[in-house]
Amino acid sequence: MNPELQGRTFPPTEPYLVGREKVREFADAVFATNPANRDVEAAVALGYPDLVAPPTFAVVIQERALATLLAEPDTGIDFERVVHGDQRFVTTRPIVAGDELTATLTVSSVKTLGGHSMVSADTRVTDAAGEHVVTAISTLVVRGED
Amino acid sequence: MTMTVQSPDFDSLAVGDVVDERVFAVTRDSLVRYAGASGDFNPIHYRDDVARAVGLPGVLAHGMLTMGLAVQPVVDWAVDPARILDYQTRFTRPVVVDPELGAIVTVIAKIGQLDAEARVARVDLTVTFREETVLGKAQVRVQL
Repeated sequence: MNPELQGRTFPPTEPYLVGREKVREFADAVFATNPANRDVEAAVALGYPDLVAPPTFAVVIQERALATLLAEPDTGIDFERVVHGDQRFVTTRPIVAGDELTATLTVSSVKTLGGHSMVSADTRVTDAAGEHVVTAISTLVVRGED
Repeated sequence: MTMTVQSPDFDSLAVGDVVDERVFAVTRDSLVRYAGASGDFNPIHYRDDVARAVGLPGVLAHGMLTMGLAVQPVVDWAVDPARILDYQTRFTRPVVVDPELGAIVTVIAKIGQLDAEARVARVDLTVTFREETVLGKAQVRVQL
C-alpha cells in the first residue's frame, strides 16, 4: 500500500439526499424497532422534522467516500483482499430524512504489520448548512498475499 | 402528544446492569436486504462460490449488519436516538450464514461505565454467534 496516502483528504462527495423510504429500508435491514425510525408521528413527537435514521446509517455515505479512495489509481489497495477491521461513529446529531449530506474523507493512518496493511479513514459528514452531523471512522485491513 | 415511553434515569443505573438482551435470526434474505439498503454488494455476502474461492468458511454477514443490529436494544432503551453519542466496534470473528438455517446472533447490552459528571452511560455489547463473540470492544456512549 502507498504510505503517502496518510494525511490525504479527498474532495467532498456529491450531496446525498436522505429519503424517508430509504430510512425505512435501512431500518428494516438492521432489524430496527425504534418507532422514530419508521413512524413520522413518533419522530415528530421527539422533536425531529422527519424519520430518524438508525445510528449506523452513515455507512451509506461512508461507502461512497471509501469508493473514491479505493478507486484512486495510486493507493495500491487490492479490493478483493480488503476486510473491515473496525468502525466507529461519533455523532453530533442523528441523520434525519430530508438531510442533504456531504462526506469528506481523510486518510488518518497507513500501517503495515506483518504481511497485512491497515488504512484508517475519517469520513466527516456535514449537512446542507455545513454543520457537522457525524464522523464515521473506519479501518480497512488489506490481507497480504498467502 | 405525550410520549408514553421514558428515557432511562441516569441516577438509577449501576455498572453491570443488563439493559436488554435480544436474539436475532439472520438469514440469507437478511444479507440481500442489507446489501441493497447499505450499497455493500461484496459477493462474499451472498455467493457461496465466491466466499469459498477467497478462502472463507461460507457466506458471511456484513460486519456492518452485525454492528447495525447489535445497537438496536440500546436505541430502544434510549428512546430518543439523539442520546447515542458514539458507537464503536472491532470486527473480530465472522458470522457464517447457512443457506437453510441462517445464523443466530445474540446480543447482551450491559452498563459498562457511568460518567456522573457528563451523565453519559457506556453500554457494552456482548455479541455472540455459535458461543463465540464476534464483535470486540463494542461500546455505545449514551447521553442521559
